[in-house]
Amino acid sequence: MDANFAKENEPMYDAPLGKNDVDAKDTKIAAKDVQVYYGDTHAIKDVSVDLLDKTVTAFIGPSGCGKSTFLRCLNRMNDTIDICRVEGLIELDGEDIYDKRVDPVQLRAKVGMVFQKPNPFPKSIYDNVAYGPKIHGLAKNKAELDEIVEKALRRGAIWDEVKDRLDAPGTGLSGGQQQRLCIARAVATEPEVLLMDEPCSALDPIATAQVEELIDELRASYSVVIVTHSMQQAARVSQKTAFFHLGNLVEYGETSQIFTNPVDPRTESYITGRIG
Amino acid sequence: MPLLWLFLIVLAIAAVGFVLGRARALASAGGDVRNLHSLPSYYGNNVAIKTVVPAILVMLIWLIVQPMIVNSTISGMIPESSVAENSSLGLVMSEVRRTAEGLDNAVANGDMTEEFARDARADFTDVTQRLKDAGQIVTSDVTQPILRAAQSYRIMNATGNLIMSGIVLALALSGLFWGLRDSHAAFRARNTVEAAVRALLIGAASIAILTTIGIILSLVFNTVEFFRLYPATDFFFGTSWAPSFSGRGGSSDLGVLPLLWGTFYISIVALVVAVPIGLFAAVYLSEYATPRVRAVAKPMLEVLAGIPTIVYGLFALLTVGPLLLGIFGDDGLGWMQAGTAVMTAGLVMGIMLIPFVSSLSDDIINAVPQAMRDGSYGLGATQSETIKQVILPAALPGIVGAILLAASRAIGETMIVVLGAGAAAKLSLNPFEAMTTVTAKIVSQLTGDADFSSPEALVAFALGMTLFVLTLGLNVLALYIVRKYREQYE
Amino acid sequence: MTDASIGGAAAPRKKSSIHELDARTRKRNASEARFKAFGLGAILIGLFFLVTLAVSIVRSGLPAFTETVVDVEFTLSQAQFDEAESTLFKTAAYSDLFIADLRGTLEERGMQVAFDEAAIERLLGKVGGTLREFYRANPEQLGQPVAFQLPASSRVDGYFNGRVTRETLEDTRFLQGSDLDLVDALHEAGVIRQDFNWTFLTGADSGVDNPGGAGIGASVVGSFFMMLVVLVLALPIGVAASIYLEEFAPQNKFTDLIEVNISNLAAVPSIVFGILGLAVFIQFMHLPQSAPLVGGLVLTLMTLPTIIISTRAALKAVPPSIRDAALGVGASKMQAVFHHVLPLAMPGILTGTIIGLAQALGETAPLLLIGMVGFVARGYPEGFLGGFTEPNSAMPAQIYTWAARADASFYEKAWGGIIVLLVFLLLMNVIAIILRRKFERRW
Repeated sequence: MDANFAKENEPMYDAPLGKNDVDAKDTKIAAKDVQVYYGDTHAIKDVSVDLLDKTVTAFIGPSGCGKSTFLRCLNRMNDTIDICRVEGLIELDGEDIYDKRVDPVQLRAKVGMVFQKPNPFPKSIYDNVAYGPKIHGLAKNKAELDEIVEKALRRGAIWDEVKDRLDAPGTGLSGGQQQRLCIARAVATEPEVLLMDEPCSALDPIATAQVEELIDELRASYSVVIVTHSMQQAARVSQKTAFFHLGNLVEYGETSQIFTNPVDPRTESYITGRIG
Repeated sequence: MPLLWLFLIVLAIAAVGFVLGRARALASAGGDVRNLHSLPSYYGNNVAIKTVVPAILVMLIWLIVQPMIVNSTISGMIPESSVAENSSLGLVMSEVRRTAEGLDNAVANGDMTEEFARDARADFTDVTQRLKDAGQIVTSDVTQPILRAAQSYRIMNATGNLIMSGIVLALALSGLFWGLRDSHAAFRARNTVEAAVRALLIGAASIAILTTIGIILSLVFNTVEFFRLYPATDFFFGTSWAPSFSGRGGSSDLGVLPLLWGTFYISIVALVVAVPIGLFAAVYLSEYATPRVRAVAKPMLEVLAGIPTIVYGLFALLTVGPLLLGIFGDDGLGWMQAGTAVMTAGLVMGIMLIPFVSSLSDDIINAVPQAMRDGSYGLGATQSETIKQVILPAALPGIVGAILLAASRAIGETMIVVLGAGAAAKLSLNPFEAMTTVTAKIVSQLTGDADFSSPEALVAFALGMTLFVLTLGLNVLALYIVRKYREQYE
Repeated sequence: MTDASIGGAAAPRKKSSIHELDARTRKRNASEARFKAFGLGAILIGLFFLVTLAVSIVRSGLPAFTETVVDVEFTLSQAQFDEAESTLFKTAAYSDLFIADLRGTLEERGMQVAFDEAAIERLLGKVGGTLREFYRANPEQLGQPVAFQLPASSRVDGYFNGRVTRETLEDTRFLQGSDLDLVDALHEAGVIRQDFNWTFLTGADSGVDNPGGAGIGASVVGSFFMMLVVLVLALPIGVAASIYLEEFAPQNKFTDLIEVNISNLAAVPSIVFGILGLAVFIQFMHLPQSAPLVGGLVLTLMTLPTIIISTRAALKAVPPSIRDAALGVGASKMQAVFHHVLPLAMPGILTGTIIGLAQALGETAPLLLIGMVGFVARGYPEGFLGGFTEPNSAMPAQIYTWAARADASFYEKAWGGIIVLLVFLLLMNVIAIILRRKFERRW
């Protein structure tokens, strides 16, 4: 396990972040027997998984295995797709998120999301970050909003780069900066869970390293779920890993264990590069 | 129709050339198609093209140039004195043409012999009397110089036509022989024919340029003519529009400002109706409507765009006008005097523009990437918040472009304002008052009885120029904005 | 990284259940519903306008397709004919005979209505003249019963259509209140009835004083010849221009110039094309005024951008693999285009052309300027070539002419004309849709 926390020992940030003990954590999201259908296609089959608070969980698996679909179920982003149907139980802090009483808007404020391609709005950097707090009414006045924006940008590890040009359009930043802006934007609404759908796939290695570093920092405050294609990335940033294959959750466990000693032969095949 | 005959003869020569060329090429290859460079029909087409193209080209040029030469020669013949005080050379020339036509018809009907019509020494009164008897003169004031000019006009035209026929036929025949000489197996007939076809294609594509040139020339020439008769400053800055009906008197006020004001006022009313409805309709169709609703509602709305404007004009005049008069007229609120008003025309024009705004905006909203929507939903925004704060701002440049295009439509719209807006040029703020527009006045100035050389008629060209420049400017700006917007997401 | 300095501790977060809607979410959802309702409202307003337009067209236009006719069986003996011909006022004599006959018919059916000759003239026009003309032309019909169908005046039409009512009627020399009693009696006796108005479909325009006799037929022919000109010119020119731009044009300034011109011409107001037609075709080239040929030329120039744009789209839709395949077997570029690409794009081109034609068919403004409105199309053109060069009207121009006349009876004709015009447009669009459905190809 220690191998996976190598980064913690880097002197770049404060120590307390890494001191979380996996065993002591609560379950944040619990999924039981989740089925997802796209029209007639059965995309997710019988997936049950408990995602922990203050932990980075990685979803890995070959393309089309359903990991992104499952991720999008967790904040009901699939609602925006007409033909998509979700069955089974998904609970956030013990509350069914597919309950009739749930407004997806309220849910998504608690379960934020960062997308594959950086998608800053065609607005200023400031407005990009302030958008979420504004719609959720998190700030009473301009000063408070300024504070929230600054905090979010700092947490997104991009404050120093943009603090002098908050009025510049968010689309003018580089790819890595854009993605960190999007993370800052997601963080600004004070979510409890942060879902990331292949957040580094459109970035170059340097930007990827910066974002990965950021993800590790975010673990202190949130439950982070990350879908990734890169097994190295999963190994670098996550504490827990779930391996999906053909819509099934094949194996879920400690990242170190999945990568060093997988139980299921399919997991082993994937990790050693035979399927994927 | 000798012209038609000439044309048909040239075509016939070409047809003969096709058959001969094909046969000759085949014969030179010993009857075996495989020995030819190109397919046999290309040899035939080669001959036909060489026959037709130069001949018809010369014919067209001749037809354009000859009247110019004849006209200038004849105008030179007319003495200053016969151009009456308040008349113009143009008027006299049309008189000459009418007389010449009368002579033509008289000869054709057998009321006069050709020799008599040509005889320059023929007694003037005798000729006019005979023309009148034959029912070929409408006006009574055919004067001696005009008759003489008409006679020369006829003779020059007849000679010109004869020479043209000769040259055209000679060209066709020489083209035929040129083509036939080339019709041998080694000749690259396909390449020649394809080059000709390519030239034809370029020619067709250039018609767009020619049309623009035609529009600009016809506007510019007549506008310059107008400004020679009427001061440009009075036109552009005059606040009164009151053309005199007599045709040509110096008493007309031809200020464009009241017309521009009417045009803009009506367009603004139209946009106030069309933009919110069109925009909301587009938002609903692209963001909320189920595919089935969209499949029904979108084409239904677009039907509104396919309805001819004359229908909207009638709708304004006979349905909306009386309806508004019932509400705002003397029986109701008392703001409106007649059914034709800014409100009537603006409202109906707005209805016409709804689908224009909605389908353009629909396209533009759909061009906003899904990632924008996902980003906003992912933050917990509702659909309307996403639309208002992310999609519309992102689509704003495109929507502004669409609105500018709609505005250009509104400014150029004719039938609705001709029928629905009234005829009085006014600078007023009351939307229930009748006002008139640039387009409506172009129609009324050019369909009246005023002759084309009077300022009252020529002003229509200056108005047309104003309209053309305005709409062109709006279009170029709109297209520029829309293109910039598209590039942003490509 | 200093950024992380305040990121260490999570802000205190208020615990809330997602199963309970908080006040703010409720407010946001209300605003969401409002916004959605606005959108739906906009669609409904648009559709409402469409329905209103359709209803007012149909309701005002349908009466133009009916006419009111009086059926009379009338027998004239040789003796009566001779006697009438010998009097001084011959038509008056016929009128008297007719009135006597009509009175007899009404009495026979037990109707008692007083009417005089003037009333008959107000209702049916100069009956005597009609009868005299008939018997002078067909003397062999003398002594036999002949069934006459006499068209009633347009105001009687209006009475039946509800345009004229007893309440709104003011006694004029055209119609008086007492005449309506006679009309009612005739209606009850089954003498007067509504019939389909063929004259409206087949006839030519009448003068300003005879709305009843006005027909749209001649202007349909005018429009037909104009469309013929547009089709013959715009289709080949449009296709040729599109082929050049889409398949052959190099990337250079000249091509750009053409492109810019086409996109700008598509947005030039139609009235400007009218000015072009007036200045170039009539003033400069001295083509005849009011002729469908000139109208067709102007509409061609106007439709060309539309046709070019849709044709280019159709050509673009043919996948490059088709061109590559043709070039691969040794066809020249020209052959590849003309033998393979063009036939495949043809359905799309035709659809675009039909839609362009439909647009041209309804266009009015340019026709006003080339003199198609001042002209009263009283007859059909003679011969095929005459159809192009003889002055004529066109459907929209005819509708405008009627709408601009002072007599309100012409409004009905204008609406009727619109129905005819829209039927043509509908047909053209249906053909275009069928073409598209039938030949639509997915690559």
